[in-house]
Amino acid sequence: MQLVCPAGNLPSLKAAIDEGADVVYLGFKDDTNARNFAGLNFNDRTLDQGLDYVRSRGREVYVALNTYPRPQGWKRWQVAVDRAADMQVNALIAADMGVLDYAANRHPDLPLHLSVQGSATNYEALQFYQERFGIRRAVLPRVLSMPQVKHVAENTDVEIEVFGFGSLCVMVEGRCLLSSYAAGQSPNTHGCCSPAGEVRYEETSTGMETRLGGVLVDKVGKGENAGYPTVCKGRYDALDKTYYAMEEPTSLNTLDLLPELLAAGVVAIKIEGRQRSPAYVRQVAQVWRQAIDSCLKDPQGFQPRQEWMQQLGSVSEGQQTTLGAYHRTWQ
Amino acid sequence: MKLSLGPVQYYWSREDLMDFYDQVAEMPVDLVYLGETVCAKRRLFRFDDWMNTARKLAEAGKEVVLSTMALLEAESELKSLRRICSNGEFLVEANDMAAVQLLSAAGLPFVAGPTVNIYNAATLRVLADAGLQRWVPAVELGKDTLAAIQQEAADTVEMELFSWGRMPLAMSARCYTARAYDLPKDDCQYRCLDHADGLTLRTREGEPFLAINGIQTQSALTCNLLSELSEVKTLGVDVLRISPQSHHTGRIAQVFAEALQGRGIDKLPDMERLMPVGGCDGYWREQAGMRYSQK
Repeated sequence: MQLVCPAGNLPSLKAAIDEGADVVYLGFKDDTNARNFAGLNFNDRTLDQGLDYVRSRGREVYVALNTYPRPQGWKRWQVAVDRAADMQVNALIAADMGVLDYAANRHPDLPLHLSVQGSATNYEALQFYQERFGIRRAVLPRVLSMPQVKHVAENTDVEIEVFGFGSLCVMVEGRCLLSSYAAGQSPNTHGCCSPAGEVRYEETSTGMETRLGGVLVDKVGKGENAGYPTVCKGRYDALDKTYYAMEEPTSLNTLDLLPELLAAGVVAIKIEGRQRSPAYVRQVAQVWRQAIDSCLKDPQGFQPRQEWMQQLGSVSEGQQTTLGAYHRTWQ
Repeated sequence: MKLSLGPVQYYWSREDLMDFYDQVAEMPVDLVYLGETVCAKRRLFRFDDWMNTARKLAEAGKEVVLSTMALLEAESELKSLRRICSNGEFLVEANDMAAVQLLSAAGLPFVAGPTVNIYNAATLRVLADAGLQRWVPAVELGKDTLAAIQQEAADTVEMELFSWGRMPLAMSARCYTARAYDLPKDDCQYRCLDHADGLTLRTREGEPFLAINGIQTQSALTCNLLSELSEVKTLGVDVLRISPQSHHTGRIAQVFAEALQGRGIDKLPDMERLMPVGGCDGYWREQAGMRYSQK
């Protein structure tokens, strides 16, 4: 079972590799990837350095090209595919059928993974991508329960990778338009959820208001933590109450499920967070490396250590974690 | 340009659905999409009911398409999907790649609904090769993008534009209607039945923002492209889709039909009165989806 860690920049990449990541995934410095934020991602120079660092230590690099090009940007995605192929990366993670088609035809030796943004939640969908584009692996959206993950894995030859830790998308990835509805840019079109330019923090007499595209997403009292305003983690009014209508600010943590994921044949655990700091990557990679090693050694006896849970809790959104959809009661 | 009536996105009682489709037979729409697209637990209308309704509407002269679920997780859902895909009589709308796979493997033509991601002509070509006959663009795509795709697209594939209704924006494993009532999903008590047009979520400033419809999240605002028809025509759109709502659907279809026949925009009725809480057309204008040019 591989540990796949996020690398939003060179220091994060080094931190992940130093702490024992088998693979780092990264994106180019533009809207061809789903973490298109200022100051993140790789240019030619940092990419060369990063590749050297990873390869000299016998690990792997995946390139995420996981947004949906519109005709206006199509050339940019083609160039990005070619670039990844030239670099001989270990896999290209893509979502769009046009991009996958181009990559499969133009670079038949480039291993393809279906991104979580490809939004495939069942084995019939995977079959399509396998037959048409020869995908080797798919990252499953964070909407499946543990038995459903197992069922998908049992019914496909495509390798299965799942999210283990990080910010929790409560909507099925690749088909969530909440960000563009409020702010004009979505993960699919622009590679970002809640574009920073549309985010406002406004201090009021009672505390802090957070807005996206002018929409009041949340309001906290003085001294409370105001989270980054993503639509799905806001507080709204319905049925005469104000509440987190979709989800509270929280992170996914599946450490408890590690033996089950291993038994289900899941080949890789993905850590979310290319937008997070190198310190976050270091901390999370360290815990998960220990946990995976411990689980591989003795799956039956595996118990997440208390200190691991505390360390992961400390870098979580809202300082709390959940098993999310893996656990039926969450749904 | 033809007019279509999309699938009913909400959970209506059996009687209400029967009444509704009796009226649809008389509405000035050419195509009707039938079926449950949101939640597998909504079973007041079964496969045979949909098929019977489909046959009745076909007899009334409608082109019928069977719609399928957009988020497929359980084997039971795939089983229902297989049954619809092999119905043997009617064209099927795929709303997930599972349906695309089943239909293309069976050599059947299909429609791709708004939750099959087609953002460029290369993707359109892949799907045309798999049997795509008509596609409904993701609601977030604007006119410039659609024009650019149309330029490269093969003439054999038709485009159907989501032109009226609360827009499907997201789906989740979690049921937000059950959550609103503090109920677990497995014991949701079918509260969706109480919200025939979804449950409106307002911001804490009282602005209508989203609408909850089980595991689906919609825009609270109604997409309205009625005043854009001349531009829509120049794009070469083949079908305009109206998404059903609990009231006024017949009236809305009638206004669209009249507009297509050339009735002047200045004579259009006040469409805002036909919406649950207000309109929007931002996506069409390449802006945030909730923006509205007519405010």
